[in-house]
Amino acid sequence: MPHPLVPVPTPETQPFWDGCQEGILRINKCLTCGSAYFPPSPICPECSSTDVEYFDASGDATLYSYTIQQKPFFLWGSEGPRSVALVKLAEGPMLTSSIVNCEQTPEALQLDMPLRATFVPFDEITVLCFEPAEQQS
Amino acid sequence: MIPSGATAIVGAAESTEIGAVPNMSSVGLAIDAAANAMSDAGIAASDIDGFTCGYFPVADMSRQLGIFPKWADNTVVGGCSWFFQLRNAVAAIHAGYCHTVLIVYGESGKSTRGLGQSFDAGQRGGTGQQFDMLYSGGQAAATFTLPVLRYQREYGLSDEELAVGAVSQRQWATEVPRATLREPTSVEEVLNSPMIAWPIRRAMCCLVSDAGGAIIVTSADRAKDYPKPPVYILGSGGALEAGVMSPGGVREPLRPEFIRTSGEAAFASSGITHEDIDHLMIYDAFIHTPIFGLEGLGFVNYGEGGHFIAEGHTAPGGKLPMNTSGGGLSYAHTGAYGMLCMLESIRQVRGEAANQVADVEIALCHGWGGYWSACSTLVFGASAP
Repeated sequence: MPHPLVPVPTPETQPFWDGCQEGILRINKCLTCGSAYFPPSPICPECSSTDVEYFDASGDATLYSYTIQQKPFFLWGSEGPRSVALVKLAEGPMLTSSIVNCEQTPEALQLDMPLRATFVPFDEITVLCFEPAEQQS
Repeated sequence: MIPSGATAIVGAAESTEIGAVPNMSSVGLAIDAAANAMSDAGIAASDIDGFTCGYFPVADMSRQLGIFPKWADNTVVGGCSWFFQLRNAVAAIHAGYCHTVLIVYGESGKSTRGLGQSFDAGQRGGTGQQFDMLYSGGQAAATFTLPVLRYQREYGLSDEELAVGAVSQRQWATEVPRATLREPTSVEEVLNSPMIAWPIRRAMCCLVSDAGGAIIVTSADRAKDYPKPPVYILGSGGALEAGVMSPGGVREPLRPEFIRTSGEAAFASSGITHEDIDHLMIYDAFIHTPIFGLEGLGFVNYGEGGHFIAEGHTAPGGKLPMNTSGGGLSYAHTGAYGMLCMLESIRQVRGEAANQVADVEIALCHGWGGYWSACSTLVFGASAP
């Protein structure tokens, strides 16, 4: 059995995780009020409508705030410091993530810097992280 | 609305030992605290007809204590579960479901890090487990603290100013025999302590301790017959906002609405104003939470809380004595510290605190649950209005 903190999809969240596998940030949108929201859910947290769908988000985001964990969670497989971040998607929702593919320093991680979604291996699955938008992938 | 002062606390105690108690389990610490609270109130299990405990299966614990309750609750919202349970107990007593409620908590947070299974924020397939915990392994110091940097940059709070909170609370703790950390500290020492999750250093994080606590609440009429002076519950509030394992779900992280909601309800139901408050507890899991509490509860404006603490207003000799036990940073922090936070408020109103503030008529106590999923505000008074 995988480590207890390796995410386990549910039927309701499976499209998000399938998106991670495909390299696409797939989140929910309410067809009644138009809100984009996260985490995935069969009900819109803004208006209570269940007329909701998944859509492919732009992957564009900005860095709202962060910490730099000195001893990262071992499943990331590296010793060095690692960011934990609040990321604001261009579509509105805030989510918890990490900023990767850049120095894990206060100098390299500037608040409000533009980010884009990237998908990285975590144990045996692929998970959502973000990288600086100017970074060549 | 429940009249202000309709109920009162008549028994309150911690476990006999706190800090490192390796010879007791979480359940053992809870039972020890329950026995101490019953002794404090001068009653036995047979006098109690309502029960709640939170982190343990409620029937296992009530049966072990020999309580056969007519009313039970087990609301679990993290560290302020006992605030929520006290509010529920007040309502249950007022409704006539029961007359005397025992609220019990114990956590071997240091020695075994073991809790019951009823609060499992990391359950497979849960929201926190899928979307939040993987990034930090669930580490509170890296996740609960996520708004800190934004706050510092938005409001110009330097690391030195932020560090004062830990120094002020240590100033209180130096006079508290049961506090874990009693040596005076300094801004320099706080900023030289090991980095845990930049910008958060070890001295900005709560302790990891073993402790239990228990409270007995009854109607104001009955409260007069107990040995200790009643501590009246004047009012209360509570609210939920984010998911359990990240503050990312707070809609306005620098102006969290759930704090305002809880505080406004507590002030309205108790009919008091900020000027009436003689003593304040704001649960300090990390150095930033009292800042957000001061602002959200309306003691200061948004953006002023950090500077208010840095200017010494909450330290010994300041105009708003706060976290006088030393708090989670210096006194003890089990994991779900809310019960210990409430007990210091109660001791202050009773006039039996180690660091007794003079003439505490009204004390306000504010607790958190999860990484900003819940909060609750209680107002205690030495007399009923």
